[in-house]
Amino acid sequence: MSVPVLQFDSVTISYRRRARWLPAVRDLSFAIAAGEAYGMVGESGCGKSTAALAAMRFLPRNARLEDGRIDLLGRDLWALPPAELRRLRGERVSMVYQNPAGALNPSLTVGAQVAEVFRHHRGLDRRSADEAAVDMLARMRIADPARVAGLYPFQVSGGMQQRAVIAMALATEPDLLVLDEPTTALDATVQAEILDLFAELRRTRSTALLFISHNLDVVRRICDRIGILYAGELVEEGDAARVLARPRHPYSAALAACLPRPGQRKGGRRLATLSGTPPDPADLPGGCAFAPRCPSARPDCNAAAPALAPAGPGRLVRCPYPLDGPDPHVSPGPAAAERPGRSEPLLSLRGLGHRIGKVDILRRIDMEIHSGETFALVGESGSGKTTLARVVAGLAAPDTGGVTLDGVPLAGHARRRTADQRRAVQMVFQTPDTTLNPSRRVASIVGRAVRVLGGRRGRERRERVAELLGMVRLPAPVASSRPGRLSGGQRQRVAIARAFAGTPRLVILDEPTSALDASVQAAVLNLLLDLQAEGGAAYLFISHDLGVVRYVADRVAVMYLGELVEVGPTERVFAGPHHPYTAVLLAAAPGADAALRPVEGKAAGPSERPAGCAFHGRCPHALDRCTVEEPPWRPTAGGHAIRCWIAPDRLAPAHEPPRPRRADGAS
Amino acid sequence: MPTPRDLARRNGTLVAGLVLVGLWIATALAAPWIAPHPPDRIDLLAVLQPPSAGHWFGTDQLGRDVLSRVLHGGATVLAIAPAATLLGLALGTAVGLAAACAGRRADEAVMRVLDAVMAFPVVVLAMLVLAFLGAGTGNVILIVALVFAPLVARTVRAAALAEVRKEYVQAARLRGEGIFYVMTMEILPNVRGPLAVEGTVRLGYAVFTSATLGFLGLGVQPPSPDWGLMVSENQGLLTTAPWTILFPALAIALVVAGLGLAADGIKEILDP
Amino acid sequence: MLRFAARRTILLAATLALASVLVFALTDLLPGDVGRIILGPFAPQDAVDRLNHELGADRPAARRYVDWMAGVLRGDWGRSHAFDTPVLPLVAGRLGRSLVLAGAALVILVPLSVAAGVAAARREGGPLDRALTVAGLAVGALPEFVTGVFLILIFGLWLELLPIQALAPDGAGALQRAAHLVMPVACLSLLLFAYLFRMTRASVIEALASDYTRTAVLKGLPERVVIRRHVLRNALPPTLAVAGAQLGWLVGGLVVVETLFKYPGIGSLLHFAATNKDLPLLVGCVIAVTGVFALGNLAADLLHAVLDPRLRHADAA
Repeated sequence: MSVPVLQFDSVTISYRRRARWLPAVRDLSFAIAAGEAYGMVGESGCGKSTAALAAMRFLPRNARLEDGRIDLLGRDLWALPPAELRRLRGERVSMVYQNPAGALNPSLTVGAQVAEVFRHHRGLDRRSADEAAVDMLARMRIADPARVAGLYPFQVSGGMQQRAVIAMALATEPDLLVLDEPTTALDATVQAEILDLFAELRRTRSTALLFISHNLDVVRRICDRIGILYAGELVEEGDAARVLARPRHPYSAALAACLPRPGQRKGGRRLATLSGTPPDPADLPGGCAFAPRCPSARPDCNAAAPALAPAGPGRLVRCPYPLDGPDPHVSPGPAAAERPGRSEPLLSLRGLGHRIGKVDILRRIDMEIHSGETFALVGESGSGKTTLARVVAGLAAPDTGGVTLDGVPLAGHARRRTADQRRAVQMVFQTPDTTLNPSRRVASIVGRAVRVLGGRRGRERRERVAELLGMVRLPAPVASSRPGRLSGGQRQRVAIARAFAGTPRLVILDEPTSALDASVQAAVLNLLLDLQAEGGAAYLFISHDLGVVRYVADRVAVMYLGELVEVGPTERVFAGPHHPYTAVLLAAAPGADAALRPVEGKAAGPSERPAGCAFHGRCPHALDRCTVEEPPWRPTAGGHAIRCWIAPDRLAPAHEPPRPRRADGAS
Repeated sequence: MPTPRDLARRNGTLVAGLVLVGLWIATALAAPWIAPHPPDRIDLLAVLQPPSAGHWFGTDQLGRDVLSRVLHGGATVLAIAPAATLLGLALGTAVGLAAACAGRRADEAVMRVLDAVMAFPVVVLAMLVLAFLGAGTGNVILIVALVFAPLVARTVRAAALAEVRKEYVQAARLRGEGIFYVMTMEILPNVRGPLAVEGTVRLGYAVFTSATLGFLGLGVQPPSPDWGLMVSENQGLLTTAPWTILFPALAIALVVAGLGLAADGIKEILDP
Repeated sequence: MLRFAARRTILLAATLALASVLVFALTDLLPGDVGRIILGPFAPQDAVDRLNHELGADRPAARRYVDWMAGVLRGDWGRSHAFDTPVLPLVAGRLGRSLVLAGAALVILVPLSVAAGVAAARREGGPLDRALTVAGLAVGALPEFVTGVFLILIFGLWLELLPIQALAPDGAGALQRAAHLVMPVACLSLLLFAYLFRMTRASVIEALASDYTRTAVLKGLPERVVIRRHVLRNALPPTLAVAGAQLGWLVGGLVVVETLFKYPGIGSLLHFAATNKDLPLLVGCVIAVTGVFALGNLAADLLHAVLDPRLRHADAA
């Protein structure tokens, strides 16, 4: 057997915190063979990124390799002299990480940064290095690579930046590529393109991959083998498809079960959740690290730490009681209440438009939301979803058309609305880090909302705060904490409590779970559904995650460049026929059938909206009239309508083979 | 909260700085009792005496005891600097917060005016005030505060702008909170950190500036003892009676160094 | 780039215009009755009125401002009361001497403090870093008249190495003239050295910790390439811009240093005009100092834009 490309042998890495060394990676052993793609998965704080950086021997200043050894191509990485190490990096092993905007030097052109690798590792002169760089960019399927090479990073889109970083990483045809969440910061359609690129690389080159991700679908799509990390330890390892299909460690099972599966609906099964958070390295439990959160923990799990043991061909599991059936711990839970019957619309938007300067951010939006329903908006970033939410909330005023609540027009700014209207429409924001004022305590944050929206003071107010915190399942002591001490999920619960302070009738949820780990996301989604079942609030739910939307939404609207292109009941929208853009979005979801490749092409910005149908430039079915005339709405059935020149019956869900196209140039 | 001992161990610069400054404040307060002589008692029989047992720091050309004048002379700088800093911070914070919260047009206008004010070198402003308003402690405070206010305003504005865009401020607007509430209750608490750092740094520069203005004849007038003034009064004696200048200069240096160390220590704590 | 330069220049012009209004308001409106000031409190009212008419002080303020501005632009800066000579040549000559002093300080200071900042940042927490940081803290806020006193006492009187007057006697050689300038220049530089050192150090440390530097290291580039192309290229331009904005302190330093070392430059002239209430001279000095200062700021901004593509392409992106 040949030497593995990368081998971790009982590696322990510690961080110094307050004069103590705390292990972030514990006794980690794994190996990646030449050409193999190895996925490493776990919640945030499980040591994934530390492991990835260790593979490059690039640990932060306050971290050190405590024990064990890491071999790269059979050579002890920590024993290499600096010059050798430098030659190895960039030449035999290279890395791509999460945020491409930060990874590129803002003062050098994209081309110069790629060319650098050729100059220093291949000894090319400036001109041939530049040519090689352009060539490399072209191989990353960047259209007009010569032009892109001359641009600075801030002049190109995020997807293009990540392509440039990958071009840099692959320039020397390394034996190992370390990928740390390489697509997490990207839009779904762009992510799909980058993943395609990796898949192609795997076909055409023998580069091995260490692929770090929290997204199981992405890992399933790319990797041969997978290792699941918990609290710095490997808890399960094996063939990627098999581990994900039939996880044997309770943690792996829980991770897999938190994601809504296609066809799973809120009326039916609840999402499985995983209570708590990974342990702090400062106080690891004595026995199995996962025992405190494990649904199938037994008393003796707390006694001794289990060892990694073989459990089937090529499979290792760190659990003395591995699962055998398909995830048995998914609790059915109480079913969410059925949506009340149709009534007068609660909220309606008529001909709504919003501009910034001369650019239409929103254009002629007509939609209605009924009491108690969940109405989802989906689309790529820049499609205007969040702006629409802000207009409804009263944070931005519409330039044309308007919003009515119970048939009464709403003022453009929240401050000019009546107290009742403000109470009725509230919002939960996207970023747990900034959604709460960091210098105020939870009781004061929620208390202010109770006072302003609920009109309660004194003891009544305190009681209502306690009641709200109970409603969002937060323990009472949280009231006296400041947001900095809370986890992301807890902060989002406080934000939900704040929005519910005045018993709202419509809550706008702007990507409320997209910054959370999958396990936390499931718990927050369950909470939102429970609150809706109890209080009957309608939700305007904005998300880029189609799996989540399909699970929670009653109706879905698809947005493209500030316009709605498709509206309908959730199952009809997902079943098709699809608007060509909806089809692209569906195909881009990482869980989608791999044969269903997305249509590539640049998402135009709102400032360069084409004439006719805004989507025609990316549409595989575009007709001549699409380029001149705006398409009409065409109803299909049951309240489902598509805005397209092509008749719905010809837009059948049949999967068109992708037309070969290249990604376009800069943004 | 860390105990004072933790602080001392972790943050030696802060402690050293605070001790140094504290000593000088104590000295300035206690000067009437600990100074060996009245600061302005003229003794023409003992002019320009070098340091001796009777006059540890020597005497100046009017026979006044330099030690006593140094002990008394700290009071002006140590009172002017904090007063001017506080005034500058208050003005700057108000302007900066208002600019950040008031919307783009108003913000742009305010910043242009501040740019224009800052286009005036400090000393030019000081000289204009000296020529038109005359010397005096109040004018020194006014100059220092006026010079600091735009700088503070810029810092506060930058910090506040970052906050204004955050979601908790949007949540407040969604509740219909007024701009004054948003400014004072939501944003101000979150710019405390930059404000405190700015304040400590400014305090150091306030001592610097007020001492310099004293040297240039803008502050207290003779015969009051003031470190800056003492240096300029005795400038001509630098070669013949250096002690008349050395000791007040050293006093300024020690206060400034103490403030610098303390400011750095505080910065370390506030944004590590 | 052109648009950036144009925008900065317009901004500069607006700033100067605003500043000129301020100066005009201070010198013309604030003092009140000019004739009364010149003739004193006991002069008869009709004599005061007559003088005001001769001086044009009875015309509307806006009109006086326009006339005054036109005069300034034409080079008619009035006569100094104290020297009884035209202001412009006097100010120009003194400004030239001061620029020598300030220029020498800048030429020495900028490379030195940037080099020290880079060296300290690369070994953050090391002995050199600690020594420079503590020294920077200690001298960083020392007023120039204090450092000047120490320099004179140590190098002039105690070690007798350097002359303590800035201006060499007539007929002195270049070397001797330079020797006379050493202490004033050092005195002028110390404060800004501490400031620039700190700025450079902080921004280099930030660049060293950035993702793009990590990318460069993990690309396997040699250390000198990482430092030069990736760290310094991003860390230095903003530092230079800040240095430009600090020119105001340098001007303040000039007033003190020139007074202390008896150097006939614009700073000591400004101080003289203010203490002696020589209004035309004061206004002349203020115009000269503010103008040079603003031009310096503009130059620093443009340099920053040339070095930083994000600024250069700000209007294109």
